[in-house]
Amino acid sequence: MITFWLLAVLIVASAVFVVSAPRPVYSVLGLLFNFLCLAVMYLTLDAEFLAVIQVVVYSGAILMLFVFVIALLSSGVRPFSVGPNRLPRILAPLSILGALGLGGLLFVISESVTPTPAPTGAATAAGNAGVFGSVADFGQALFTTYLLPFEATAFVLMIAVIGVIALAGDIDPPRPPRSKPLREREPILKDGS
Amino acid sequence: MDVAIANYIGLSAVIFMIGVGGVVARRNPLVMLMGIELMWNAANLAFIAYAKAYMSNAGHVFAFLVITVAAAEAAIGLAIVVIVFRRAVNVDVDDVSVLKG
Repeated sequence: MITFWLLAVLIVASAVFVVSAPRPVYSVLGLLFNFLCLAVMYLTLDAEFLAVIQVVVYSGAILMLFVFVIALLSSGVRPFSVGPNRLPRILAPLSILGALGLGGLLFVISESVTPTPAPTGAATAAGNAGVFGSVADFGQALFTTYLLPFEATAFVLMIAVIGVIALAGDIDPPRPPRSKPLREREPILKDGS
Repeated sequence: MDVAIANYIGLSAVIFMIGVGGVVARRNPLVMLMGIELMWNAANLAFIAYAKAYMSNAGHVFAFLVITVAAAEAAIGLAIVVIVFRRAVNVDVDDVSVLKG
């Protein structure tokens, strides 16, 4: 109960932040937080696979696409390489810090790893196929009862890929005949708009 | 289920209306697309909440399909944004009226 209300407040607050943030990058960060909270809420609703998909597809793929487009569109506004490169100056302390951190991490992992006990009956991956919301249950439903809509999503994605290529793909201008030398070609006219 | 289904549906409606508000109020096409993503997620939350209420897998499968379509929509929408911004530097979607009849 307390989990639901905590998550609900976080989700609504981050959603309001998404639509009211002054810059699109802040909106993307708010949307990332919103999606992660929603993934936790899916876990509380026994939708394990969808929680993972929420993180991987939404937070990983779609939001990365948003960030990429923002970076692409604002690339002409400000040069990318502003200021001197600070990496050589901080390289020595950074490498020492990194080596210490890696060593500590490996030590902690080597201390904490214990041989896992053999799964007992119902805990195996195939054993909980009848449990509602488990990944095995979802996969069985997806590939038996709902196989046709699952295949239809492949067509949806393919149409989307073709559409994106047709929209934003860089189509080569028609080449002039090869008999004319390169220097005497007329410059490619830009359209008036 | 200790939380009533109505709470999840209410939360879903709130997220949906925030997304609608973002699409209607903001003029930045990227923020408008993010509002549409919020609306997709509100629909997904409703599907998953009802799947839990009825103990049925169909809601999960449909939410999976919704995520797929949302990914396709985001890709195409961002492609349109890129080609619009490639031609004009303007940020206001009200000025993008080439397709107006």
